Amino acid sequence: MSVQLEFEKKPKIFLMAIDSLIMIRRSSTHIIRNTDQLLGTFFQPIMFLVLFASVFGGAVALALPEGVSYINFLMAGIIVQTVAFGSTTTAIAVTSDLQKGIVDRFRSLPMSNLAVLNGHVISDVFRNAISTVVMLLAGLFIGFRTDATFVEWLLISGLLLLFTLAFSWLAAIIGVLAKSVEGVQWLTFVLIFPLTFASSTFVPADSMVGWLQIFAENQPITHIVEAVRSLMIGTPMGNHGFWAVVWCLGVLIVSIPIAAEVFRRKTTN
Amino acid sequence: MAKKGFAIEVKGLQKSYDKNHVLKGIDFKVERGSMLALLGPNGAGKTTTVRILSTLLGFDKGTVTIEGFNVKTDPDKVRNVIGLTGQSAAVDEMLTGRENLIMMGRLYHLTAKSARERADELLKEFDLVDAANRAAKTYSGGMRRRLDLAVSLIATPPIIFLDEPTTGLDPRSRIAMWDIINRLKNDGATILLTTQYLEEADQLADKIIVIDGGKVIAEGTSTDLKRKIGNDRLELTFQTTKSYTAAVAALVKISQEHRDDDRSVTIALKDTNSDVKKVLDILNDKNIRFESMAVHKPTLDDVFLSLTGSSQKEGK
Repeated sequence: MSVQLEFEKKPKIFLMAIDSLIMIRRSSTHIIRNTDQLLGTFFQPIMFLVLFASVFGGAVALALPEGVSYINFLMAGIIVQTVAFGSTTTAIAVTSDLQKGIVDRFRSLPMSNLAVLNGHVISDVFRNAISTVVMLLAGLFIGFRTDATFVEWLLISGLLLLFTLAFSWLAAIIGVLAKSVEGVQWLTFVLIFPLTFASSTFVPADSMVGWLQIFAENQPITHIVEAVRSLMIGTPMGNHGFWAVVWCLGVLIVSIPIAAEVFRRKTTN
Repeated sequence: MAKKGFAIEVKGLQKSYDKNHVLKGIDFKVERGSMLALLGPNGAGKTTTVRILSTLLGFDKGTVTIEGFNVKTDPDKVRNVIGLTGQSAAVDEMLTGRENLIMMGRLYHLTAKSARERADELLKEFDLVDAANRAAKTYSGGMRRRLDLAVSLIATPPIIFLDEPTTGLDPRSRIAMWDIINRLKNDGATILLTTQYLEEADQLADKIIVIDGGKVIAEGTSTDLKRKIGNDRLELTFQTTKSYTAAVAALVKISQEHRDDDRSVTIALKDTNSDVKKVLDILNDKNIRFESMAVHKPTLDDVFLSLTGSSQKEGK
């Protein structure tokens, strides 16, 4: 060997940060090189947006608040729905890592174990950011108009970031527990589909049947959608913003340690 | 050169999954700068042992120290001195060969510059320069194993675990791999190799430990083991009953086994070259013609036959 090796001489916390940065780069590279998935990231949201706007637009019009067009109503919902469904990719990435020997390789290195999950979750934030921008542009094209100020846009971004992180960490738990990629798809579908549809994502909750309305008005997705919607088009905020933040923080506080623990358990036996 | 002493010490290692006792008390030591082969059939406990030694798996009883660090209480220090390759490790298929090397180097906490330089050096050494910028998923089996091994050497760990490094490789890639492993040994690394091929252990290792059913059933150098296992065998078959009976009579002074039903004679050889000549001379003198002749090397099956009295349960 001729190369003289130099090691980083930094405190442990720095090394852990480096580990996470390297894993974020790895997962992001996966996203960029997986062209099928990348196409989905661009076109699926556009498809949903156009389909929902044109299929439901006419029928829902009567249930909408005074003076709100369906495309304006839909925008916040479709962004939140795309982020929620997008978290499936985090879960799939975690499951497929665990199925291959690569996690064993990482674990035999002097690196922080949580970095693997960090990488998948945070690269998912980037992917969701791309999806969201694409959707907003497509929305503007088909008639979406917003009166949000710069500060409101910052708040919207912050809220969506919090929501993405919370959902991706939940998805990471599913990814660790699932036995196969097919299992992940099934699990996330069963969890996310009812949550997003039984909410004010696509139609106002007060137009639903009684029992569902109670669920829809109090579940986290509705709070998040309503908070984003209020910031975007000026519908009433009420306490939605407060509950949206509380829900996201609550999910994060609970799911990060659980994800770390199930990951540790899964990989030590 | 490496300093004297033992780089790996394993005492009374036991591990069970539920009620399945996989390791039933394993002891061995590996001298610094030497290569030890763990030889055994599938399910003997080889991979479990490597996984425990490389901190991937917990265990129930016993102690394991690597370069003086206890695997249970000091896993991080152990991880700094080991490299793991083989069936229980892997590379990232979406990344290129070079990206894999640099990423793993950074995760060993090499500086970015060191990781890059060392990656280039290893790509050259492992004959992967042309494929360096291609995704690992496009690599052939042999290339992937070479990359896998290169990755585990990125921070030049003094101890290397090779878990069945040649299983599933074609003969040419296998020999290329053996060359690389021998080079590592000459560079002074301490190597623990697992294999189900007697020939591989024979070619590479200074010392061999045979494990079966979670226990060490024999240990020694390959010559020691071969002496225990038995010798090469010469097998002769004859076309007619007449030549067969004549041969049995002519070879009566040489220890032999014969079977009437397929007219075959099997002779254990002490010195393969001179013994074969002796047998052929006798047959020639008496003008006895044989139908076929073959010299058989002792196989892993023979090892287990002679050491445990039970044949290998399953094989790849």
